[in-house]
Amino acid sequence: MDGSDIGFWGVPLAMLAGAIRVSTPFIFVSLGECLTERSGRINLGLEGTLMMGAMSAYGTALLSGSPWLGVLVAAGVGLMLGTLHAVLCQLPKVNDIATGIGLMLFGTGLAFFLGKPYIQPKAPNLGALDLGGWSSIPQVQQALQVNPLFIFGILLAFALAWALKNTRWGLIVRLAGESVDAALAIGASVARVRLLATAVGGAFAGIGGAFLSLYYPGSWNEGLSSGQGLMAVALVIFARWDPIRCLWASLLFGAAGAISPALQSVGVTQGYYLFSAAPYVLTLALMIATCSPARSVRGAPGELGAVK
Amino acid sequence: MTAAPSLELIGFTKRFGAMAALDDVTVKIKAGAFHALLGENGAGKSTLVKCAMGYYAADQGQILLNDHEVEIAHPRQAHELGLGMVYQHFTLVPNMTVLENFVLSRGDLPAVIDWAAERRALKSFFETTPFTVPIDTPVADLAAGQKQKGEILRQLYLKRNLLILDEPTSVLTPDEADEVLTTLKKLTNDGKITIVTITHKFREVNTYCDAVTVLRRGQLIGTRPTSELDNDMMAEMMVGRRETRTVVEREARAPGKAVLKLEGLSVADNVGQLAVEDLKLDIRAGEIVGIAGVSGNGQRELVEALAGQRDAEAGRMLVHGEVYTATRPEMVRHRIACLPEEPLRNACVADMSVAENIALRSFDQPPSSSTGVWLKRGPMRETARKLIEAYKVKTPGPDAAIRGLSGGNVQRAVLARELSSEGDLLIVANPCFGLDFAAVAEIRARIFQARNRGAAVLLVSEDLDEILQLSDRIVVMFDGKLALETDAASADVGAIGRAMAGH
Ligand SMILES: Nc1ncnc2c1ncn2[C@@H]1O[C@H](COP(=O)(O)OP(=O)(O)OP(=O)(O)O)[C@@H](O)[C@H]1O
Ligand SMILES: [Mg+2]
Repeated sequence: MDGSDIGFWGVPLAMLAGAIRVSTPFIFVSLGECLTERSGRINLGLEGTLMMGAMSAYGTALLSGSPWLGVLVAAGVGLMLGTLHAVLCQLPKVNDIATGIGLMLFGTGLAFFLGKPYIQPKAPNLGALDLGGWSSIPQVQQALQVNPLFIFGILLAFALAWALKNTRWGLIVRLAGESVDAALAIGASVARVRLLATAVGGAFAGIGGAFLSLYYPGSWNEGLSSGQGLMAVALVIFARWDPIRCLWASLLFGAAGAISPALQSVGVTQGYYLFSAAPYVLTLALMIATCSPARSVRGAPGELGAVK
Repeated sequence: MTAAPSLELIGFTKRFGAMAALDDVTVKIKAGAFHALLGENGAGKSTLVKCAMGYYAADQGQILLNDHEVEIAHPRQAHELGLGMVYQHFTLVPNMTVLENFVLSRGDLPAVIDWAAERRALKSFFETTPFTVPIDTPVADLAAGQKQKGEILRQLYLKRNLLILDEPTSVLTPDEADEVLTTLKKLTNDGKITIVTITHKFREVNTYCDAVTVLRRGQLIGTRPTSELDNDMMAEMMVGRRETRTVVEREARAPGKAVLKLEGLSVADNVGQLAVEDLKLDIRAGEIVGIAGVSGNGQRELVEALAGQRDAEAGRMLVHGEVYTATRPEMVRHRIACLPEEPLRNACVADMSVAENIALRSFDQPPSSSTGVWLKRGPMRETARKLIEAYKVKTPGPDAAIRGLSGGNVQRAVLARELSSEGDLLIVANPCFGLDFAAVAEIRARIFQARNRGAAVLLVSEDLDEILQLSDRIVVMFDGKLALETDAASADVGAIGRAMAGH
C-alpha cells in the first residue's frame, strides 16, 4: 500500500471510483437498449456493437491521433449495426431475438478480425476531468478523475427521459412500443420509428464501446467486454425501461464490478475471482427478485416480447 | 363542432378465406341518428364497421358521407373525415396516462409538448362532459368501466362527428351504461353527432336508438325504425323463424355434499396485493352458487386460482375433501371444468386450430390418443366436428385457427370443450359476456343442465340479472371479501346492490 493510509475507507472510495469508471459503458448500452425497447424491439446484438465500437474507436484514434474522432466513428459504426438489425427485423418472419444473437456474434467476430493489428500499438486516450482537486487525499483525487463520457452519459440519460416524455418524437417512439394499432391510427409508420430508435440505440452502444478501448482500460484486446452488452439488457428490465433508473442501475452495476479490485487495493486478495463475479451474481439476483410468473413486470412496453 | 353527417355503406362484401363475413350489405344512416346494428355472434357487425373505418379493406363497397363518395383505405383517412370508432377491445395504451393518450391520438403534435396547457385544455373539456376519468392515471390502473368511458370521451375530445361504438356497454354497469348513452343521445338530439352502435341489449335499443339494422350471417336482413319494432320482432329478425329455445327448468333438489370447499383462501393480484382475502365458501353438488360483484373486486383472481393460473398466498382449496392445487391430473380426477372470462386469452391457444383447442383437456386420453404418447388427428378432429355441430360454433372448419373466430364463437368452442366432459364441478366466469340473446339462453340452459345432473357450479358474473336468474345461493364479493351471503329464493336485490357497492 502506498500514499497516505486511509485504511478500509479505501474500499467505498475505490467502489465509488469504480462505479464512475465501470458504469460508463453500462450507461450507454442500457440507454441504447432502453430506447430500442421503448420502440417495441429488442436488440440483443448490442454486445457486438459494443465490441465493434471499441475496435473502430481505437483504430481511428490510433490512425488519426484524435480520440474524439474515434468516439464519433464508434457512434457511426453503432448506428450502422443498429440499422442493420432494424432492417433485418423488418423482413417477414424474422425474429428479433434470433437476429440480435446473430448480430452479437457477428459484431464480436468482426471486431476481433478487423482489430488484430491494433492489439499492440498504443492509441491516444480520452483525457479525464479532475474533479477532486479540492481534496488533499490522493485516493480521493484519483477517485474523482472523471472521464468526460461519464458526464455525457448522465446528461444523455436525463435528455432521453425528458424527450420520451415531452417531445412528439419521444411519444411516438413510446406509442410504437406500446401499441402498433394505436400508432397506425395516428398515421405513424411503426417500421420507420423502430428503425430510427434501433439505429440511434446502436449509436449509443457504439459510444459505450469507444469508452472501453479509449479510457478504461485504454487498450484494445479481445477480452475487453465481459458481457456488458448483454447485462445491459437485464439492467433495462430492472430499471423498468426508465432512462433515469437505467443510470442508477448502471452505477450499481459499476460499483459491484469494482468490489474485487477495491478489496484487492486494500490487501484483501482472497476470493478475487469470486468477487469478480459480483456483477453477474447481481444480474441474476435482480432478475430473480424482480421477475415472477405471478406478477407482471410493470412498465414493460406492450409490444415487447410478442414473438412475431 | 361541425354538424352530424349522414353515412351510407353500399354493397359491402368482405371474405375471410372462403367464408363471406359480409355479403352485399347496404346500410343508410341518417344525419344525427342513433342507429343500432344488431345480429347474432359472428353475423358480421364488427366486420362491417371495421370496413367502414378502413381497418379492413373490403372486397367491394362504396361509402357516401353526406351523399358524397369518399374513399377510406386507412383509419387515418376515416379520422380526417370525422369518423371515430370505439372498438370491441380497448385501444387506450395501458402504459400511458389518460392525458398522454388523449393528446397523442390527436395526431397533430408540436415537436415539444406543452403539458401544462394540454392538461388545462383537457380539464376544461372534462367540465363540459357529465362523466370524467382521472387525467394523470396510467390507463392500466383504471377499472374496465372507466377505460370504456375514457375510450368514448376520447372520441368526443377529438371532435369526431360520426361515432361507431362496438358493444360499448358490455363492460359497464347498467347505471354507467345509462349515463354514457344518455350523454350521447343528447349529442345526437342536438344534431352534433351521428352514432352507430353495435349491441346485444334490446333495452338499450328501445331506450336510445332511432333505427335498427339487422345482419344475419353476413347478409342484410333489413333496416327499420325502432318505433315499428318490439323485442320479439327484433329477435326474429336476428335469428329467423326458429323454435330452438330449449327452456330448462330448475329441478327442485336438495343440495348434496360439498364438492368445493375454500378454507381461508387468499390470492394476490398482479402487483402483489391481496385481491382475495380469507375467503370461506362451500359449493355443494347440485347447486349453483353465484358470486355477484362489481368487476375488480377479486373475482378474476379467484377464478384464476381455481383454474391453476395463480397460486394461493394462504389458505387452501378442497375438492371432494382432498386438497386441490389445480394441477391437470387433479382436474381430470375430480372432473373439474372451467370457463374463465376472456376465453381467447385464458382458455385457448389462439394460434392453434379449433379442433386442437377443443382437445386441450383430452388430447392424451382415448380416443385422441390410446397411449398418451402419440396423438390421433382423425378422432380428435371427429370429436371436434361433433362438438362444433352440437354447440353451433361458427367456424370455417375444425382446422381454422381459433383466433379468427368472433368473440361469441370462441366462447362456444370453450364451452363445448368444458361442458362435454360431464364434470362434477363447473367454474364459470361471465359466461354470457358479449353473446347474443339466443346464445345466452342456450348457455344458461346448459349450466342448468349441469346443475340438475348434480354438478356443483360456481358462477362468477358481473351481470346481476344473470346471477339472480341462475343461482341457488348468492354471495357478494367486495374488496376481496364476502360481503353478503343469501339464498336466492329469499334474496333482497336492494341488499345485494348495497353489498356490491360496499355498504
Ligand atoms: N380477421 C379475421 N380473420 C378471419 N375470419 C374473421 C376475421 N374477423 C372476423 N372473421 C369472421 O367473420 C365473421 C364475422 O365476424 P364479426 O367479428 O364481424 O362478428 P360480430 O357480428 O361482430 O360477432 P360478435 O357479436 O361475436 O362480436 C365471423 O364468423 C368471424 O369468424
Ligand atoms: Mg363483434
